[in-house]
Amino acid sequence: MAAPTAGACCKAWWPLLRNEPDITAAVVAEHGLSEDEYRTILNVLGREPNLTELGIFSVMWSEHCSYKSSKVWLKTLPTEAPWVICGPGENAGVVDIGEGKAVIFKMESHNHPSFIEPYQGAATGVGGILRDVFTMGARPIANMNALRFGAPEDPKTRHLVAGVVAGVGGYGNCVGVPTVGGEVNFDPAYNGNILVNAMTVGLADVDKIFYSAAAGIGNPVVYVGSKTGRDGIHGATMASAEFDDATEEKRPTVQVGDPFTEKLLIEACLELMATDAIVAIQDMGAAGLTCSSVEMADKGGVGLDLDIDQVPQRETGMSTYEVMLSESQERMLMVLRPGAEDIARKIFEKWQLDFAVVGKVSNTGRFIGRAGGEVVFDIPVRPLVDESPEYERPWVKTEAPAPLGKIAAPMDHMEALQTLLAGPDLSSRRWVWEQYDHTVMADTVRKPGGDAAIVRIHGSNRGLAVATDCTPRYCRAEPEAGGAQAVAEVWRNLTAVGARPLAITDCLNFGNPERPEIMGQFVGCIQGMTAACRALDFPVVSGNVSLYNETHGQAILPTPAIGGIGVLDDLGRFADLALRREKDIMLLVGHTKGHLGQSIYLRQLLNRDDGQAPAVDLSAERRNGDFIRNLIVEGWVDSCHDLSDGGLLVAAAEMALAGGIGLALSGPNDAGFWFGEDQGRYLIAVPETALGLVLQRAEEREVAVQTIGITGGEALTLNASTPISIAELRRCHESWLPGYMANA
Amino acid sequence: MKACVVVFPGSNCDRDVQVALSNVIGGPVEMVWHGDSEMAATDLIVLPGGFSYGDYLRSGAMSARSPVMREIIARAERGVAVLGICNGFQVLTEAGLLPGALLPNAGLKFVCRDVRVRVENSQTPFTNSYEQGQVLSIPVAHHDGQYFAEPHTLDAMRTGDQIAFRYDDDNPNGSLDDIAGIFNQRKTVLGLMPHPERAADALHGGTDGRGLLQSLVAALA
Repeated sequence: MAAPTAGACCKAWWPLLRNEPDITAAVVAEHGLSEDEYRTILNVLGREPNLTELGIFSVMWSEHCSYKSSKVWLKTLPTEAPWVICGPGENAGVVDIGEGKAVIFKMESHNHPSFIEPYQGAATGVGGILRDVFTMGARPIANMNALRFGAPEDPKTRHLVAGVVAGVGGYGNCVGVPTVGGEVNFDPAYNGNILVNAMTVGLADVDKIFYSAAAGIGNPVVYVGSKTGRDGIHGATMASAEFDDATEEKRPTVQVGDPFTEKLLIEACLELMATDAIVAIQDMGAAGLTCSSVEMADKGGVGLDLDIDQVPQRETGMSTYEVMLSESQERMLMVLRPGAEDIARKIFEKWQLDFAVVGKVSNTGRFIGRAGGEVVFDIPVRPLVDESPEYERPWVKTEAPAPLGKIAAPMDHMEALQTLLAGPDLSSRRWVWEQYDHTVMADTVRKPGGDAAIVRIHGSNRGLAVATDCTPRYCRAEPEAGGAQAVAEVWRNLTAVGARPLAITDCLNFGNPERPEIMGQFVGCIQGMTAACRALDFPVVSGNVSLYNETHGQAILPTPAIGGIGVLDDLGRFADLALRREKDIMLLVGHTKGHLGQSIYLRQLLNRDDGQAPAVDLSAERRNGDFIRNLIVEGWVDSCHDLSDGGLLVAAAEMALAGGIGLALSGPNDAGFWFGEDQGRYLIAVPETALGLVLQRAEEREVAVQTIGITGGEALTLNASTPISIAELRRCHESWLPGYMANA
Repeated sequence: MKACVVVFPGSNCDRDVQVALSNVIGGPVEMVWHGDSEMAATDLIVLPGGFSYGDYLRSGAMSARSPVMREIIARAERGVAVLGICNGFQVLTEAGLLPGALLPNAGLKFVCRDVRVRVENSQTPFTNSYEQGQVLSIPVAHHDGQYFAEPHTLDAMRTGDQIAFRYDDDNPNGSLDDIAGIFNQRKTVLGLMPHPERAADALHGGTDGRGLLQSLVAALA
């Protein structure tokens, strides 16, 4: 390194390590550190770092671990509510659901590795998020995933879909946690950067939650799980850069997962957690042993001494640099109560997992590693965390698009419906979720394919609803509206089954934050999310940011994926989208203007992506949602679907398909009415006996409702159109994805 | 009636079947660790679903050689009822308690969905609460569920009424002769791919699997 020389004078005392290159400007750049950042390192250390230390700084200060571009904005998100036990900052968010139980959940991205190696990338994404949740004392009870792929026509898409779906299933199925739902979207903007966002929901006792702050000077630091290998070195740094032509060469930075070991690790950790042996625990995720040690030490305000020779290693001859930066999977670090080593060792040996005391908590405030009796790194903990860069990146507000003019319907509405149901955006995802075990644990109440999945809270009559959502094309057109819409739609999905929405996790996927227009998308989405979280009492309790989703300067659509949870207090009363009876009256709830800007109708039938995103009226959202939820929990309505992609006619068709019952619909002959994507709307099927009450209550609560049809028969009809049989609709809806994947 | 569920490393339906059984029995169901070589007296031994030993080598192959299996084989020879579900079925074929083998699904993909299965022999301790020919809806969730046996083995099974369940025009995995579950010759051991414990209470969306557990209680209690 030519310019900064501040630390050079102190270099002499350092033991010369074998085969270590000098820290040149090129070596610093290869570690993804800027000159300014390197200068800060020299100041922190008061000398030049050795290679291991440089590696430690580089991963800790990577975008992936430090959130340096996003931190300043993440702080503005609402994170509190009376039911929030732990918000962002720990491994996952914790929410009190009553009766002594807590739900622990988070969503995380594994985008970059999944593009390079789809099976392992997706599999280890699932493994990582599971660990974040059981680290805190929860048994994982449900997995979700939000997947975004490039255009179906792109030559890589099929291979990526096949690999990612097999990887998600391969891991989740083996560990025995049901994958109960998610999203799959296609858009050319993801051709070079797919998104794999995985979410885990776990259940714990409120008085048995585990945190990561190390404590107790002299307490043993223990390593459990798999051995450390050379895989995944610099995964966090790789995930903090754009892709280029050399992306394929990054394959060695992708980790390899072993779900069998993860299953054993879950059981062993939960068994140990039932004792009082654990003081603090942290999984080894991105940046492996480095990040877990540093975070535990920093949160506890203590130092940590590690003996690198004690770390279980898969291969011989690994350097300290490799051990500290490996992202080998299925590993955990914990601080134990003194004397608890034997209890813990016994449990881990029973489950055939590695167990090693690798260090102790110190009062030095320093993170010190020794190998062969010599100090091989020595870094003060606080500055390693606190001095990490934080950028207020310049941003420009996304220009508001012009409103969409008048649209001439390109075809008859029923033909449009069939075309949409048989297209990539709205076709059935059955091909995907039948590859996921969604019924293991025997508590799945509502399977994938509905608005929200429902799992029973084991051993009770209460349920947990889980949903993920985001509409990236809205976020691109108008980031603020799109951010608000993503939060509102998850809230709506949970409401549509009758659940009381409690909190969300976010997975913020964007392009290169060093570009002001990308940063503008990020800021806009955050602002929209903030407004919606506030209005709906729906705080963010955990999350993850994935930036640099770009290839050759082509960014993905801004994609703030939201995952939310809600509670059902009585599993005797919930709704799903299936029609259940003949002669129910179909009521459209919420105000319909016929907004076609940025709609699926526009995109798929007219090949246009213009116009404004639909606005979210947050007070109407709340009013309509509360109205719906009350009808469900009081037992008046058991068949409900929220309106989203494709609008009213698509939603009606989905309800008919799910219930196997036909529908006769009537209304204006206007594409905007049937396919518009106005927000805050639901479609409910009301038994005639309840109709009076529902209409009266709607009037009292000032909720817009209108009758649009009646259930019955075996076909869907619209005004005077020729009926389409449910069987034919089903053929349209179910054929696209299996057909597409069969052409591999 | 006393029942126990064996836990192998990687079993993941052990709790599910324990809960379903204990609801039907109205009492506790013991868990037995695979590493134990002794087992208390019991009327029914259940080998649960999951990915024991990660399905490494071949699904069920390593578990079939667990210490507890020696005892289970001995008990099965004495006529104690043994039920293997999904991975448990794979273990039973690997252990030689049931004939044939389970190969990767014909579609080479994991498949999780409700399937229609037909009761082919209702005169056994496992199936006495069903009607002969009754069609049930029970979920499957497996990657290696394609049943295979040599022609002479299959013939012997057919003549010996050893075919317990067949997929009813709904074969999810390419199983030979649509076989979903089989008995040993004495009808004291049953292996099946569908998961009766996942269709055992109303919130599962169906209770067709419960009859299998009720049959066992009726026969063994």
